Amino acid sequence: MIMSDYAIEVEHLWFSYEGSDVLKDVNLALRKGEFLGIIGPNGGGKTTLLKLMLGIIKPDRGRILILGEEPNAASHRIGYVPQNTDFSPHFPISVLDVALMGRLAWSRIGKRYTEEDREKVRTALEKVGMWENRYRPIGHLSGGQRQRVFIARALATDPEILFLDEPTASVDPEFQVDLYDFLKELNEDATIVVITHDIGVVSSYMKSIACVNKHFIFHEGGQITQEMLDTAYQCPVDLIAHGLPHRVFPHHHED
Amino acid sequence: MWDALQFEFMRNAVFAGLLVSVVCGVLGTLVVVNRIVFISGGIAHAAYGGIGLAFYLGLPPALGAALFSVVISMIMGVASLKGKQRADTIIGVMWALGMALGIILIDLTPGYGVDLMSYLFGSILSVPRSDIWYMLILDVAVLVMVAVFYKEFVAMSYDEEFSFVVGIPVRILYFFLLLMISLAVVMIIRVVGLILVIALLTIPPYIAEKYTTSLGSMMVFSSFLGIFFTIVGLWLSYRYNLTSGATIILVAGLAFFVSLAAGAVKNRKKAVDGGS
Repeated sequence: MIMSDYAIEVEHLWFSYEGSDVLKDVNLALRKGEFLGIIGPNGGGKTTLLKLMLGIIKPDRGRILILGEEPNAASHRIGYVPQNTDFSPHFPISVLDVALMGRLAWSRIGKRYTEEDREKVRTALEKVGMWENRYRPIGHLSGGQRQRVFIARALATDPEILFLDEPTASVDPEFQVDLYDFLKELNEDATIVVITHDIGVVSSYMKSIACVNKHFIFHEGGQITQEMLDTAYQCPVDLIAHGLPHRVFPHHHED
Repeated sequence: MWDALQFEFMRNAVFAGLLVSVVCGVLGTLVVVNRIVFISGGIAHAAYGGIGLAFYLGLPPALGAALFSVVISMIMGVASLKGKQRADTIIGVMWALGMALGIILIDLTPGYGVDLMSYLFGSILSVPRSDIWYMLILDVAVLVMVAVFYKEFVAMSYDEEFSFVVGIPVRILYFFLLLMISLAVVMIIRVVGLILVIALLTIPPYIAEKYTTSLGSMMVFSSFLGIFFTIVGLWLSYRYNLTSGATIILVAGLAFFVSLAAGAVKNRKKAVDGGS
């Protein structure tokens, strides 16, 4: 295992899709123990950036290190919670079997799940309050419950970094607050990276915030800067609509 | 029905039906949940090119079809991964080209005319003993492979991206699945013909999906449904002197609509009970 102070290091990262730039010259050095919120407009490249960090897609140029390793090499040290919208509700699989997927690894292909795997999954499901539902088909759960299971699945990998892609999309509002409280707790042990739309909730939990709209603006210290708002022009509207606490605004530059 | 079993061809037909149903239940489940029905149809039809090629070169047709459909399935697999936008078009073109190639090659083959119908609609009543052995080996191989990599297949089918992130070689598994499908298709063609392959691969899993809570139980249930369809279809075709492959599929199709209707009734009942 390579030791590094940084959870994520991104250097001069460029990515294009079908000839048009999706991400331009992204740089980021995220320390371990951070809680990073990534905001930005739809189609601004948030999910693309996440997929690059997970090694699902490869950059055109630039370098990404996750815990000091290539993304794919670090796979057993990260947890991933995908958007929960594109899953078939008919797929016959129980909550327990979904959560067990978190214990899969290249080195254990073709072997049965062990007692240890089951124990870890039990702990993870209990943590998110879904152990009682373990035998239910996942398609019968509500959006929020399904999201909990996906989080349990990610936790079952014992992640040092947890990536979440819009975890509160299509779930009930009270789940949002619960979730962020829960993530805050997890943040004591793990670095957390969340893509999100609800900056209102987010800003009071995040330690740092980044905005992606082709370009990438990173702010250590959890403040949404004017620059970010300019980059993602929809942001201001959202901010006001959700009654954002004042502390997230930097000292106003305008006179 | 029992008196019919005194004939060897009938016993072989029953064995072939059983073996094909099991492989269809297992692979069909993976086909349905991975949404690769179209690719599977493409492989089945393009396999005819292999049959034509085998006749032209004087090879055993099953061997020709197997090799050809394996190659085709790999090309289709690459196409489906590379250009997601146009993959269906490429598969459709190869589907048609394969069949056309088969027909032309058979035209060019000197000697007796090949019975095209038996490949289009199958000829379960003329399956020789040797083919039963081939089917048995394939069944065992598929069952062992799916059992060994069961949890990986489940993971890939449910969430390909997550599986990739945790280090499962999803690409290799995907091509491996296509390989198994292309070999299975050749033996399914024997029983119901290449036009009807898709029905036997998809109808039992589609029905089973609604009543099961794991891929494993879906595979088992699908296999039993397939056995039921083939045996009933076989008996009807024997009793009323009908084309066996088409009769089997008609039975399956009937069950499909019954299950659809049952599902609709259940949903309506739920809506009424829900007190809307």
